[in-house]
Amino acid sequence: MGTATEERQERGAQLGRLERLPWRKIILIVLSILIVSIVAIGAFRTLTLPPDQRYAPAAWRDFIVLGVAQGAIYALVALGYTLVYGILRMINFAHGEVFMFGAFAAFFFSDAYERSGFLDANPWASIAIMLVVAMLTSMGVAVLLERVAYRPLRNAPRLVPLITAIGASLFLQNSARGFFGAQTRGFGVPTILDGTWTVLGLTVDRIQAVVLLTVVVAVILLSTFISKTTTGKSMRAVAADSEIASLMGIRVDRVIVTTFAIGGLLAGIAAVLFSMTFQAVDYTMGFRIGIAAFTAAVLGGIGSIWGAALGGISLGLLQSLGPALILTGYAIPSPFQLKDAFTFLVLVLVLIFRPGGLLGSGEAEKV
Amino acid sequence: MKNRKYFAMWALLGALMLVAAACGDDDGGETGGGGGTSATGGVVDCAADEFGCVEVQAGEPILLGGILTISADTAYLGTDAQHGVELAIDYLDGTFDATPGQLLGHDVEFQVEDETGTGGVCSTDGGQAAATAISAAPDVVAVIGTSCSSAALGVADQIMSDKGILLVSPSNTNPGLTSEEAHEPFYARTAHNDKIQGAIVAEFVFNELGLTTAATINDESPYADGLAAAFRDNFEALGGTITGIEAVNSADTQLEPVLTSLAQGEPEAVYGPNFPPVCGLTLLQGADIFPAGTVFLGSDGCLETSFVGQVGDPPADYYASSPDTTAFQGGDFYSNEYSPAFKEQYGTQTSVFNAHAFDAANVIFDAIEAVAADDGSGNLTISRTALKDAFFATSGYEGMTGIITCTPLGDCATDVTIGIFKYPHWDVEGGVEPIKPVYSDTKSLDEVI
Repeated sequence: MGTATEERQERGAQLGRLERLPWRKIILIVLSILIVSIVAIGAFRTLTLPPDQRYAPAAWRDFIVLGVAQGAIYALVALGYTLVYGILRMINFAHGEVFMFGAFAAFFFSDAYERSGFLDANPWASIAIMLVVAMLTSMGVAVLLERVAYRPLRNAPRLVPLITAIGASLFLQNSARGFFGAQTRGFGVPTILDGTWTVLGLTVDRIQAVVLLTVVVAVILLSTFISKTTTGKSMRAVAADSEIASLMGIRVDRVIVTTFAIGGLLAGIAAVLFSMTFQAVDYTMGFRIGIAAFTAAVLGGIGSIWGAALGGISLGLLQSLGPALILTGYAIPSPFQLKDAFTFLVLVLVLIFRPGGLLGSGEAEKV
Repeated sequence: MKNRKYFAMWALLGALMLVAAACGDDDGGETGGGGGTSATGGVVDCAADEFGCVEVQAGEPILLGGILTISADTAYLGTDAQHGVELAIDYLDGTFDATPGQLLGHDVEFQVEDETGTGGVCSTDGGQAAATAISAAPDVVAVIGTSCSSAALGVADQIMSDKGILLVSPSNTNPGLTSEEAHEPFYARTAHNDKIQGAIVAEFVFNELGLTTAATINDESPYADGLAAAFRDNFEALGGTITGIEAVNSADTQLEPVLTSLAQGEPEAVYGPNFPPVCGLTLLQGADIFPAGTVFLGSDGCLETSFVGQVGDPPADYYASSPDTTAFQGGDFYSNEYSPAFKEQYGTQTSVFNAHAFDAANVIFDAIEAVAADDGSGNLTISRTALKDAFFATSGYEGMTGIITCTPLGDCATDVTIGIFKYPHWDVEGGVEPIKPVYSDTKSLDEVI
């Protein structure tokens, strides 16, 4: 009798020890080893392919430059998502359409300037005018969106403005289709931006250099604005606690409108850069880049400005470099068709290990 | 108690509706029994037809359905075909006078459902929604569509065949649709099979341009995939080398990484038989990545107005293949009557598929005339299976696009002339004269299969 009881107690103790093991941590460790192995083996096999099948060094340079340039544009749009989320804890799914309206506004100027010859005669003035027009248009749409669609729902449950944002996105997209038509339009680029520049021994397309420079300046200006100016400090205060900020005399509604306006301005800049890079404007462009930019914001840590920048660049690099570096090694045919599958797999994995994103808090938060 | 009272009320209402439905007049629409005497004198036994008959009452129109992409990026394709069918209805009285003619004393109503999917291009989901909607109309006699192969393959062709509704496409070109493995019994097309187009493009690149290396880039659509595969098979059979094969999504805008990857193989030609805007993006972005002198090519999916607006001045040589309108069998009829009527009623043509749609509608009209039974009072009975059999029996029909002879697997354009047009000398709005192919060849289906 006594022996049987002792055996049961011993089995119970063993089960208890098993239950106490940090299973979640163990699974994560095994998973991370597995992923790192897959990536490392894929990259090794790609880099050690026979010379006639191997990518040339120039190709790797191009993949990186292209990825960074694309990622920089993602970053600008992602900043709009992250700013609004930081203040309102809300995902503004219509932000892609704010971007799209800016692109169309710039397109009409670019088209007219190209026809008249003004575009090549005064390239920098043309770009500056297109930037201003796109920024003002995107800002106007963003502010209008906040006033009409989101402000009445300020105190509603969080799911309500989320659904409204999706509805606003579809409304704006279909309105653009009605206003501007469904066809893809070519976007005129000044000939001064054709060709390449050599920067620090690295040859980059002029357009990509302009994109990178503009994005770096925009992010630094935004960061300075948020950290140094009174309005920026008010934004941070509202982001921290809107009720207490209100009690401290900060006009919360004005801060929220300012946030949407800044997001719109950045989307306008991104719209011109994107349109000049890919030379195509259509009414669905906002939806596509919106998904990518939202992904970048989450990847970097939504709510963080530098997180959005890092997330954008990371996403651009993953899309450009990932299929060539990892998937080629496994002899997967047409590896670039798996670009999105690969990118989102990486996103899921990052969020498993860092639920708050790369520069986020490290903790998951219910949206 | 309250629930029981409501249940009884609903049950009573339901029973009344059933009785009303059973006692109601069968005012036109589909029937599984009955019959009549066909226009050619034969008796129509609807009970023997697995799919029943369509009855068209005197004074009612014959309903022709359409599954076409008439919105968003691929709208040019569907609206063009829609106009082709409308012109065929117009021409039923023998003249293009913008007044619809009649078929067997009935008006012909053309009801179009949009196959454009959620991505803004024609796709599987759009094809399914449109086919489901149109097949729900009990009195639809036949359907012209789909515009895109992706909307038909395993989707619209299956839905229509399951209901016994004849589906004739004016612009599906994917070889799989008429293959032994995938062909659905009620599906046919007047558009060419891409095995022919792929073979002619390969010959142009290898023999005419003298290029021996090529790469292909195609989007996820069966059209692009099938055409790229047909090109590769023929190009390699001629002795050429395929240096790279890549696939992209039709919504992609940044093609530079994938083009950089393809450029590693140093191909002399890049063939991307896709749709706008991918066609234009391939040229605009590829011109900076591939060495000068690399030739870019697309096919009929690219040859349309928005490409001109997107690309403007070509940064490199670009060619697109397409049915050669200058070699259409219709010849004088096409040039002197059809084309002017089209331009007068709708403006510039945006693709060549309106001509295939015109032919598709006319062959369907002939098939209806052959099998429709008139009871003497103008009421028509059309057996679905007999209509399909009559359409598939078409042989030697002198269509506007060529001689139409349908194979048992639904290919009706069996001898096809494909032209290669150099951009910007394209027959679309914004195209530059002279608009004529730089290369043209005719092949039969037997030669390439």
